[in-house]
Amino acid sequence: MSETAKENIKIVKHATCTFCGCVCDDMELTVDMDAHKITKAKNACVLGRAWFAEHVIEDRPAAMVDGKEVSIEEAVEEAAQTLVKARFPITYGLSDTTCEAQRQAVAITDIIHGTVDTTTSVCHGPSGLAFQGVGESTMTLGEVKNRADFIIYWGGNPAEAHPRHFTRYSVTPKGMFTPNGKKDRTVVLVDVRKTSTAPVADIVIRVKPGKDFELLWALRALVKGKKVADNIEAITGVSMDTLTDLVERMKNCRYGVFFFGMGLTMTRGRHFNSGALLALATDLNEFTHFVAKPVRGHGNVTGADNVVSWQTGYPFGVNFNLGYPRFNPGEFTTVDTLSRGDADAALIIASDPASNFPKAAIEHLHKIPVITLDTKETHTSKLAHVAFTTATYGINTGGTVYRMDDVPITLRPAFDSPFPTDEEILTAIRKRAHELMLAKSGLGAAGGGGTQKVAAPRKE
Amino acid sequence: MSSSLRIVNGKVHDPANGIDGEIRDIYISDGRIVDASPEDAVSIDASGMVIMPGGVDIHCHIAGPKVNLARKLQPEDHRRDPHPGTPYTRSGSGGTVPSTFATGYRYSTLGYTTAMEAAVTPIGARHTLEELHDTPVIDKGFYVLLGNNIFLQNLLKEGRRDEFKQAVAWWVNSTKAFTTKLVNPGGDEPWKGKKNANVEDIDEKSTETGLSPRDIIQAFVETVNELGLPHPPHIHCNNLGHSGNYKTTLETMKTAGDLRAHIAHIQFHSYGGERGKNPTSAAREIIEYVNSHPNISCDVGQVMFGKSTIMTADAPLAYLLRGFKKGKWVNADTECESGCGIVPFSYQEHVFMHTLQWAIGLELFLMSEDPWRVLLSTDHPNGGSFMSYPKLIRLLMDREFRIEEMKKVNQKALDKTSLRDLKREYTLNEIAIITRAGPARVLSLRNKGHLGAGADADITIYDEQEDKEAMFNAPRYVIKSGKSIIHNHEFVGDHIGKLLHSTPAFDTDIEQIVQPFFEDYYSIEFANYAVSDQYLHDHEVIAGIKTL
Repeated sequence: MSETAKENIKIVKHATCTFCGCVCDDMELTVDMDAHKITKAKNACVLGRAWFAEHVIEDRPAAMVDGKEVSIEEAVEEAAQTLVKARFPITYGLSDTTCEAQRQAVAITDIIHGTVDTTTSVCHGPSGLAFQGVGESTMTLGEVKNRADFIIYWGGNPAEAHPRHFTRYSVTPKGMFTPNGKKDRTVVLVDVRKTSTAPVADIVIRVKPGKDFELLWALRALVKGKKVADNIEAITGVSMDTLTDLVERMKNCRYGVFFFGMGLTMTRGRHFNSGALLALATDLNEFTHFVAKPVRGHGNVTGADNVVSWQTGYPFGVNFNLGYPRFNPGEFTTVDTLSRGDADAALIIASDPASNFPKAAIEHLHKIPVITLDTKETHTSKLAHVAFTTATYGINTGGTVYRMDDVPITLRPAFDSPFPTDEEILTAIRKRAHELMLAKSGLGAAGGGGTQKVAAPRKE
Repeated sequence: MSSSLRIVNGKVHDPANGIDGEIRDIYISDGRIVDASPEDAVSIDASGMVIMPGGVDIHCHIAGPKVNLARKLQPEDHRRDPHPGTPYTRSGSGGTVPSTFATGYRYSTLGYTTAMEAAVTPIGARHTLEELHDTPVIDKGFYVLLGNNIFLQNLLKEGRRDEFKQAVAWWVNSTKAFTTKLVNPGGDEPWKGKKNANVEDIDEKSTETGLSPRDIIQAFVETVNELGLPHPPHIHCNNLGHSGNYKTTLETMKTAGDLRAHIAHIQFHSYGGERGKNPTSAAREIIEYVNSHPNISCDVGQVMFGKSTIMTADAPLAYLLRGFKKGKWVNADTECESGCGIVPFSYQEHVFMHTLQWAIGLELFLMSEDPWRVLLSTDHPNGGSFMSYPKLIRLLMDREFRIEEMKKVNQKALDKTSLRDLKREYTLNEIAIITRAGPARVLSLRNKGHLGAGADADITIYDEQEDKEAMFNAPRYVIKSGKSIIHNHEFVGDHIGKLLHSTPAFDTDIEQIVQPFFEDYYSIEFANYAVSDQYLHDHEVIAGIKTL
């Protein structure tokens, strides 16, 4: 028995873990092909090991309408009809699926004149707004490994959220100009409490909660040689000596890096905080080379930002009601379209807003037809009108994901899933929705075509 | 739909086949131009119209990591210029950095059917290919940035020229690129590693590698010519934008000897005067060299007044420009491969420098003796959007219009140029050369830029008009690969277009030499680096040419 099992063991090298934004692509997966299970994930961190080990093929229908199993074709038809009928349909999620699926999702939203938004609007959305305001000096993670001698983590706890960040990219790796690894680097942590990242840091600075902006602005002033009021310690909890020491270190390093997290973006000040940090990094380039990078959470949230940007010009919160993209966070972001009660249908992809959105938004989700694509049963799929079960990206499907530093990586699936991919379902919905929209405008039978349809030139 | 078309009664400009404004019929079958009229052909009456091959843009920035950063950076640029969808086409947003769909459709609304993205980091190739797949109608390709590649420089430093050649070929294959691109060769290491410095002299040796920019340029020119890529190294010279840089540009061209080389946006490299002081025009010195050296081709990189976006792998240049207004700025370092800078910008008539740049570009066009090698570009969106090509064409074709435009600009700057004395007006055939036939020839695109039998049926039909800007702004018909895309000014279809790339032969042993470097200094797995065929949508391998 053990012999037959051995024959059915497959090793997948250079596989990618899509659990977090580190998108480590050096996994070596041992796959029990009979049991449809990954039995070992070499090189994975504690989060990655759980991601691979806990993945099982669920015993549930591939498609359901109102809780009853239907064929995939019927569910696609119902989803397309629902979306085309709606006056203010919204598309949301997208950060845990492939770019190929994301491209189809934005296409659907464009065709039905809906609103597309991603989980960026509830995590690093403020960093996206700050980026639009001040720009960003940034880098790929390999530059940190090769060059950085001064690293500041601000408002993030990679020890728990991105466990391999230190060893793969930023603290211990030996690079081209950092041959001694950690010995060549100084690491600073700025946070409101001593997190489990603190032991890695050479300097820990505790800022009073909600005072990040004030601290960043004081640093900007000091970098520019301006005077800072003596009561800065009373305001921020950080002494003037600590500040001036930090400023000297920043100005005199060779290649400095800020990594910042949601402790900065989702606390008081939001995009002002991110903007102040990005501006500080920019200012420091007058003295040395300095870069900054938001540390992103979901496996392909960076891909979602990229896809929505290249297709529409804007990163998230994009509305097509007028037949072209408009961007207005606060108006077209999903918490807002739901809480206000604007949305009259929702296409939710690889996300579970019913488990973590504000109460008013969840209540509204219960009132409107919801279409979900997810690998597992979720709070949102349970309330859905149409629910698809899809294959898990990176484990059962190929495709592309973008690491937090915009580096795209191709996935190597471990084993097949009986369920279709997000891309397949969304492509089918996109084609059907396009046919229905053409029929609605009197331009073609609802039975044929698709977006590749080309009209014949009129005869003169 | 019918796959056959017959275009009758139009005035044909097909300079590659020696046809200059003759009334001729053009026949199309299965996406190609054919000699005889197919039986089931649908007719288009082109009476009073001008027929040209579809336009070919040899140098623009339309897809990939830096372009997408510039898109994200500027909601204000998109907001005032939406691009509505149609029942057949996707919507998007415009501005100087349009969304991918808007880019493809807008190129086609100008009669362009091919465009080459001019600067892509190897690690960003996959991203670029995804965006190009979403850039409709046009055929497209990209040039891969190798001029600041640390591994390649290490091989050069060690004198391993054959391995260098194999590695260059490996990189072109691994990224699905069209040819190689050099940007400010040797300038990245001072920028990233020495507190934002830059290299200033083409013969300045790097302390790390012992290589000068000239060493790098020479190695690439020789290697790419040996490999016979369809287009020679596409070179963005050192010292872009600096007064006195024309000397660097001349030295760069001399370094090529009599081998093929393409100088990108040469206008930005044609400045006289002393570094740090106001520039003068060195258009004459530059164009005389180009005129007398048939191995050199260039695109002009014309500056057009109005909004632009500076986006370049020349990161120190972008930082310098950022210094003027201290506005928003993006810097993006790519491990082992490149730098990148982005700055929103606008060229203004009253500014001395901007007028000088505008006038130098026009001088270069008007003093060019060989339109086949001095090609139209604005280095979109650096000198201005590709949407300003019709106005640029009018500036070249219509001296009266040029005189009117000259009245609006900084007169002191204009005095420093010879623009007032240049009486030349481009003919329609010369425009067809600098926008179609010439770029196709310099890119070795044998099936593009002409209307002979066997050519791709990429065709533009314009109403003949006195106002050349109006004429080139709105072709009445655009046909791509034999499909009607624009018919009577309306979009009637969609088309994905194909990727154009080259596949030079190489010795696969080179992978064993590259791999250890990857394991030490890159942050992704070597096995996950090369771009697989799944990222090729419809594609065509462009055969190389042997020149050595």
